[in-house]
Amino acid sequence: MRAWHFTETAYPYLPPEDEYPSIRVTLPNKHYDPVKGAALYDRYIDEWLIAEDEGLEIMLNEHHQTATCVDPAGPLMLAAMARQSTKARLLILGNPLANRRQPVRVAEEMAMIDVLSKGRLEAGMVRGVPYELSPANSNPVRMNERFWEAMDMIVTAWTSHDGPVSHEGRFFHHRNINIWPRCYQDPHPPIWVSTTSTGGAKQVGGRGYTQATFLTGFKETRRIYESYRQGWREAGLGNDVPIDRLAYAAIVYVGDTEAEAYAGAEKLLWYVTANKVAPQFVNPPGYVPVPANVQILRGAEHPLSQFARGASVEAAIEAGFMMAGTPDQVYEQFKRHYDYVGGYGHLLIMGQAGFLEHDETVRGIRNFAREVYPRLQEEFPDTTVSGNFGDVPPEPPRDFIPAPGEDHVAQEAGDAANMTPLGAARGA
Amino acid sequence: MQAKTIAIGGVDLEVFEGGTGRPLLFLHSGQGFDPAHPFVAGLTAGYRVVAPSHPGFGKSSLPDWIDNVDDIAYLYLDLIDQLGLDTVDVIGCSIGGWIAAEIATKSPERIARLTLVGPVGVKTGPANKLDVPDIFAKPLEEVNALLFHDPDKFRMDPSALTDEQLSIAVRNRESLALLSWEPYMHNPKLKHRLHRATMPSQLIRGESDGVVSQAYLERYAALLPDARIVTIPEAGHAPQVEQPDRFNDAIRSFHTV
Repeated sequence: MRAWHFTETAYPYLPPEDEYPSIRVTLPNKHYDPVKGAALYDRYIDEWLIAEDEGLEIMLNEHHQTATCVDPAGPLMLAAMARQSTKARLLILGNPLANRRQPVRVAEEMAMIDVLSKGRLEAGMVRGVPYELSPANSNPVRMNERFWEAMDMIVTAWTSHDGPVSHEGRFFHHRNINIWPRCYQDPHPPIWVSTTSTGGAKQVGGRGYTQATFLTGFKETRRIYESYRQGWREAGLGNDVPIDRLAYAAIVYVGDTEAEAYAGAEKLLWYVTANKVAPQFVNPPGYVPVPANVQILRGAEHPLSQFARGASVEAAIEAGFMMAGTPDQVYEQFKRHYDYVGGYGHLLIMGQAGFLEHDETVRGIRNFAREVYPRLQEEFPDTTVSGNFGDVPPEPPRDFIPAPGEDHVAQEAGDAANMTPLGAARGA
Repeated sequence: MQAKTIAIGGVDLEVFEGGTGRPLLFLHSGQGFDPAHPFVAGLTAGYRVVAPSHPGFGKSSLPDWIDNVDDIAYLYLDLIDQLGLDTVDVIGCSIGGWIAAEIATKSPERIARLTLVGPVGVKTGPANKLDVPDIFAKPLEEVNALLFHDPDKFRMDPSALTDEQLSIAVRNRESLALLSWEPYMHNPKLKHRLHRATMPSQLIRGESDGVVSQAYLERYAALLPDARIVTIPEAGHAPQVEQPDRFNDAIRSFHTV
């Protein structure tokens, strides 16, 4: 079991929410004070380094034109972390491939960071959430196709060592691909993909990449993992799916007491609640498939949006988005989720958000790292096989896999879209 | 009108056909073609109207290689051939106007007379100002206000539509995005080619059109060798829908021998 400290490097000092239509895409940057912003960067980097000292790994991401994540060039932050840190694995989750015009440049950036960090890079690739389309001026139609073509190009660039190779594809053209430096890890850094859809997970499983999913709770996570495992087996990668190919991102806060933990967790709900986005940016045409859009027009709503209106720590724990409480409570919450979904090898901890102050963040990191993490490492070893439900009957029962679309539009959207629907991958 | 599917250029193309007389190719806007609109009966009363649904619109297929207006312009040249027509009159609305303008630059000899209704397709203004407002970055309600003189009359009511109708509306919007996203609503080359479109042309604009401005239309017309401008009052971006009689009058007075 590996645990990762993640912050979206938010800029929380905003006007009241009713004074702007959208925290993303259109919020004027006159509301960003670069002096405060510089202090925040220092602080967030310090927190990653504290997490490293405590034995956690480091995860960051990239978003554009938004106060929720002021890291519009993930590789730049990652390059800084490569020099600031010394031992932690460095995960970027991820590079928004469908919005990057030059996949070879992504391959170069990742290879350079891999060398800078002496082989500590974990290279995550994402399709990109819907509100990134406008900032990238990127066509929302055929994103999946662009994503996978870019992915193939990057792997080609990483694994070609005998001079230029070429790519003339549907979306990208490059006649002389010959990157310097080559990757430090051989044949290349582990590849991660975040998906909240079963169709996407199956594809990721078929390639053996690491599959991450964000805030998908119990049933949806299990559906996604089952698809991953199915894709893995159908591709002939073997019957046993290594546990370290699956990752789950949850909001986590550990306190000495339940009251202290809930106070921290309450502030972390900012992840879910501070996401006021104008509808035209939430769902640009073509981002989700036609049947999902028909349901949306008929009034269907994404479960995270529903949740955000009445968000509470208790409800978030219940839904499996959050693990919060004393060390024992968090251990139990983790175990319940882990058992139900069939196990995973990475816990991506959304451990800082919004107004969770530095001291509170550090306390949460330390409490987790010292009081919970050792137990998880001992009881959920990396040698486990994923999806082996064993003797522990998961709750609800293990044969309960909801039919597609039974729950809500996100599932159908995801299934048909093959990739992250509706920005449910809040962090990716 | 009768709908049929024609296999052409790798596309299963839905084509509506009706009426007799001078052949007239009608190229719909981003909202798709609806034969029930009153202006259609007015057209079929005087012309042999051929109205394809563009690839990705209506029930027309969308092969993965199609991604811009140019592709569709070539497809319709195939269609004109397949229909055995030497020349046609063409009416194109909005993005359909863009397609029509592209056809007119490629094979001007095939078009006898050309009407562009609130056409997009050229970029004539400065780089730091959109020629056409970004309809994908505005709330639907605001877009509706740009599109219609009387938006209250044309607000989409999903509850009044079947799943199939709603699916078509959603898919039309998706295909519009595919074709027009970047460069936004134009082909940078088109304005350098419009001099080839020597046929008599008219550019129609609804007076309340919030998508295509009068200035834009005038600059567009100036690029065409033989164009006039007609303004239809009490109409927005779709004068054929909001003012069918005035629209059909403008068509009948222009599309004559």
